[in-house]
Amino acid sequence: MIRSLLSADPPGSRLLAASLLAVLVGLALAPFVFPGARSLDVAARVAVFVLLAASYDLLLGYTGIVSFAHTMFFGIGGYGIGIAAASWGSGWGSLAAGSLAALACSAAIAFAVGLLSLRVRAIFFAMITLAVAAFFQILASQMSWLTGGEDGLNFNLPSVLSPGTKLVAAPVLGIDLNGRVLSYYLVFGCALALFLVLLRIVNSPFGRVLLAIRENEFRAEALGYRTVVYRTVANCLGALAATCAGLLYALWLRYTGPATTLSFDIMIDILLMVVIGGMGTMYGAVLGATIFVLAESYLRDLLRLASDATHGVPLLPALLHPDRWLLWLGVLFVVCVYYFPHGIVGRLRARRP
Amino acid sequence: MKPRFDWIPLALVALVAAAALPLVASAPIWLTLTVAGLAMGMMIFMMASGLTLVFGLMDVMNFAHGVFISIGAYAATSVLIALRGAMHADSLAANLAAMAPAAAAAIAVSGILGWLFERVVIRPVYGEHLKQILVTMGGLIVFEQLIKVVWGPDMIAVPRPQALSGSFILGQAAIERYRVLAVVVGLAVFAAMWLLLNRTRLGMLIRAGVENAEMVESLGYRIRRLFVGVFVAGSCLAGLGGTMWALYQESITAQMGMQVMVVIFIVVIIGGLGSVGGCFIGALLVGLLANYTGYLAPKLALGSNILLMVLVLMWRPRGLYPVGR
Repeated sequence: MIRSLLSADPPGSRLLAASLLAVLVGLALAPFVFPGARSLDVAARVAVFVLLAASYDLLLGYTGIVSFAHTMFFGIGGYGIGIAAASWGSGWGSLAAGSLAALACSAAIAFAVGLLSLRVRAIFFAMITLAVAAFFQILASQMSWLTGGEDGLNFNLPSVLSPGTKLVAAPVLGIDLNGRVLSYYLVFGCALALFLVLLRIVNSPFGRVLLAIRENEFRAEALGYRTVVYRTVANCLGALAATCAGLLYALWLRYTGPATTLSFDIMIDILLMVVIGGMGTMYGAVLGATIFVLAESYLRDLLRLASDATHGVPLLPALLHPDRWLLWLGVLFVVCVYYFPHGIVGRLRARRP
Repeated sequence: MKPRFDWIPLALVALVAAAALPLVASAPIWLTLTVAGLAMGMMIFMMASGLTLVFGLMDVMNFAHGVFISIGAYAATSVLIALRGAMHADSLAANLAAMAPAAAAAIAVSGILGWLFERVVIRPVYGEHLKQILVTMGGLIVFEQLIKVVWGPDMIAVPRPQALSGSFILGQAAIERYRVLAVVVGLAVFAAMWLLLNRTRLGMLIRAGVENAEMVESLGYRIRRLFVGVFVAGSCLAGLGGTMWALYQESITAQMGMQVMVVIFIVVIIGGLGSVGGCFIGALLVGLLANYTGYLAPKLALGSNILLMVLVLMWRPRGLYPVGR
């Protein structure tokens, strides 16, 4: 049962299995174990970014294509829900219509971009997607009548998801089961299901072909696989999963804006998550995203302590400044690319008993 | 056999400028916009030329190129702020005397950093495109943060020299003095590069290296030294371009390099990956078009260079001047 859920791709190391289980249980019980608005927010962000990083891993780790337009698809998802809810009202119907429109839009763009530029070399694709993503960001901030410009869109959701709604009159295990908890479980459930679908995809015969293309495109072509077709399909699948992540994120935040979905900073975040967690492993996305979101939320506090402790030493306090947390993750990223090409997951699997 | 020079892209620049004249419908405004566009193009060329040359010779696409631009700009700004007195003096000679050490500092700092970067970061990943992209992105993240450590996270205002602010009045057209300087420096850099590449033995080796590195090596030349030299030169140009760009924008942030990188990539793609001449034409086209559309249809201005890229790639899928391979 568990084996087929994981698509016959078990973690392969006890420590890895234990940490994945810890993340899963922690997320599943988050509203009860870590009460409070901030920690629930962190948990929801972990769930969304696990899905987003996993969808990027499908491209980067399994197919070997570097796209810088992944946040664009994330943003299309966010704006799909945002624009639908802001202009057609907050019913389930408009949310569904917005989601479908966003998915269709993402698939079309991913198909077009892929077909035009996946024939050529990896570097060219990376540069083109960077330009396209920048263009999309400009578009989103210029078309302010539709997208709210730089301010973004605030919108309402169906009332059952709002914090004021109580589902059960009495508190359960000391927690009020309100609409916020329900939306958390909606986000978590969808993210988990989609993650398992991605795991299924990479372990299917289709996924094997992607790996073959990554390892040696020429040979894969010689074996009779049309690499352009496979790459384009992988690009579309990754884009669709990223759009789903965007939909979930918008549902959780009840807000969509350029800074939370489209900015290049988020693209860098995803890159860090996938590479530090481990490229081409899927589970790496889980660990990478969890570590990254926790670091983003809590590493500052740790750095503040270190910065205060080294007060008086030249340069060290500036390097350990709480706002410089990305510096240390960046160093970790470079070290990972050189020495641990399969990231944390690769390390853990190498020590398998 | 010397292939005939391909004039069509060059004519395209003139065509764009000529086509804009009836649309703008006022000769003085057109002149102002054209000079502004040329100046912007020259600055973009300075920043982009190193990137395209490095790619052509070494097959390395350095996503951290923007860092050299920002580091150069920060180094120059530090010098300029220290020499604030000379900057405010109302004489061109004193101003230039302050700007020369600033530019020298920018070139030196970017060059040294480029040398280190090539040795430490890029050398282990020659020939592996995926790792190159990832590692240079990592370098970008780390250096952007290091700039914030050294110079602080806030925007810094760049003092512009007294004699170079303000404009000439030419007939009815106002032409900013700084833009004229940018055009002059840009042309000088392009001319120097062209002479170096086409009229010297070193340039011949570089061009031969772009065509076929193994053959040059088998003839007994140390291609590695050539690589390092070109990489350092490219970083120096990025530093110089960053200085010019900082004085043009009159403010710098740690993210400035990354912001310019998008335009630079577009220019490099338009010109044809690895082609210096194509990079020059592409930069001019992007600069001119950005200024014309900025006047005619401000909403389109930011997207104009993407549209240009799409059009050029539809016409010539490998860029204006495709490089062999």
